[in-house]
Amino acid sequence: MQTFLDTFFSRSDLIQEAFLQHIYLSFIALAIGIGIALPLGIFVARYRRLAEPIIGVTAIFQTIPSLALFGFLVPLIGIGTMTALIALIIYALLPILRNTYTGITTIDDSIIEAGRGMGMTTGQLLRQIEFPLALPFIMAGIRTATVLTVGIATLATFVGAGGLGDVIYRGLQSYNNALVLAGALPVTILAILFDLILKWIEKKATPKGLKTGR
Amino acid sequence: MIQFDKVTKVFGDGTEALKDVSLTIPTEELVVLIGPSGCGKTTLMKMINRLEIPTSGEVYVGGKDVSSVDAVELRKTIGYVIQRIGLFPHMSVERNASLVPNLKGWTKTKKTEQVYELMQMVGLDPKEYLSKYPLELSGGQQQRIGVVRALAGNPDIVLMDEPFSALDPISREQLQMEIKNIQKKLKKTIVFVTHDMDEALKIADTIVIMRNGQIEQTGTPTELIESPINQFVQDFIGIERINQKKSIGKRELQDLIPSFNRSEQSSYLIVEANILVEEAINLLENVGIESLLVKKGNKELGFVNQSTLLRAMLTKEEVS
Repeated sequence: MQTFLDTFFSRSDLIQEAFLQHIYLSFIALAIGIGIALPLGIFVARYRRLAEPIIGVTAIFQTIPSLALFGFLVPLIGIGTMTALIALIIYALLPILRNTYTGITTIDDSIIEAGRGMGMTTGQLLRQIEFPLALPFIMAGIRTATVLTVGIATLATFVGAGGLGDVIYRGLQSYNNALVLAGALPVTILAILFDLILKWIEKKATPKGLKTGR
Repeated sequence: MIQFDKVTKVFGDGTEALKDVSLTIPTEELVVLIGPSGCGKTTLMKMINRLEIPTSGEVYVGGKDVSSVDAVELRKTIGYVIQRIGLFPHMSVERNASLVPNLKGWTKTKKTEQVYELMQMVGLDPKEYLSKYPLELSGGQQQRIGVVRALAGNPDIVLMDEPFSALDPISREQLQMEIKNIQKKLKKTIVFVTHDMDEALKIADTIVIMRNGQIEQTGTPTELIESPINQFVQDFIGIERINQKKSIGKRELQDLIPSFNRSEQSSYLIVEANILVEEAINLLENVGIESLLVKKGNKELGFVNQSTLLRAMLTKEEVS
């Protein structure tokens, strides 16, 4: 314990920098992941014939071992932050896409028909009915993607993009278990923290009428 | 007025849902489309607000071919109540009820006024219920809000797709009476789809009986009971109902005192208590007056109208 604290404080500069890089990587990857998967989810919920192939492709991405994916991307894009971001975005896609699709398609048909029958346009239906009702699902998908991304971002060190993986890797190379822990612990804390924040947002985002009586 | 002109509908899988249907639904009438499931009644109704498009033939609403009108604009002028209620669970009762007024861009005062009035009409206290959410309400209350929502945009036409079939018998009975009163009061054209003959006989001005995508017979409840056109219609109405009606028709009006209405009616004819029930019905249908004041000597026994008489005929206890 003492050696861990010593290591932690003596390397605090390194850890702090890696920590910020880690947050940066995860955050940007998630933001872009949401930016792609959310509209795509809404799109495939409209054109359901496309849903299986598109979700299938993201599922295949998901099955590629993360280390291998980083390996694939290096000859294509080279090393650096960009490579790490692309890999992380690819992993964030599936949970958000699938949950957006499920959230929208599981809405009771009668609710959609009522909206249409009363003269709502497709856009009004999406904004006022489908999106709010699917929001709890979408938020759950974003939470899964977040925990996943924060974890996998430790591999960014292998393509030279930094992050807390740097600290862990250095520890491994120098047989310094305390340093490994000093890198791994912040990752765990970060993942739990993000998850808690998003859980709180999810609760806030759940429409009031859905909390009562269900 | 709603007109169907030689409408057919063939679905993608080849099923013929409607075969050459022509029908006119007069303004301010409550018309019930009824038939076994798969007879095309719902498809026919949904053509009015363009949720279904005819394969051939035309549908006219207020003289205009609906295919020439923008679907979204058309739907805002037609109220719609569906079977599984379809209230939006994430919106308060108030937002649900004022949905169409919102889409139409009414002012806040106009919206609130309209919603308050309609809530009171369906027997729900606006102050208590407007801030609630649909899932906090019972099925009957939810469907009352469904009715309010359909009427809130002040449509001339309201479409109702088996609106009360999922409700318990007591709520169903109440809502049937309420919808009849509302229709009289607000002078709406209502197209009502059901598979429940009792419901149809209670509320309809005109009943349209359908089978296999075609209309079998159109008529008032009395016409259908008295002269069913074929075996199918007779079976569908039910032989007990027909016999019951015949036996009660031969009785005197004063035998039905328990179902008389005591409240004052605006227009009525005075009749003697000993006339036959079937004569009273003929009077109501042919003279075009809404109710009869039944008198025995100088004593006023109460008012009857077509629906009270029909209801009396359909209630089994009174046949004894």
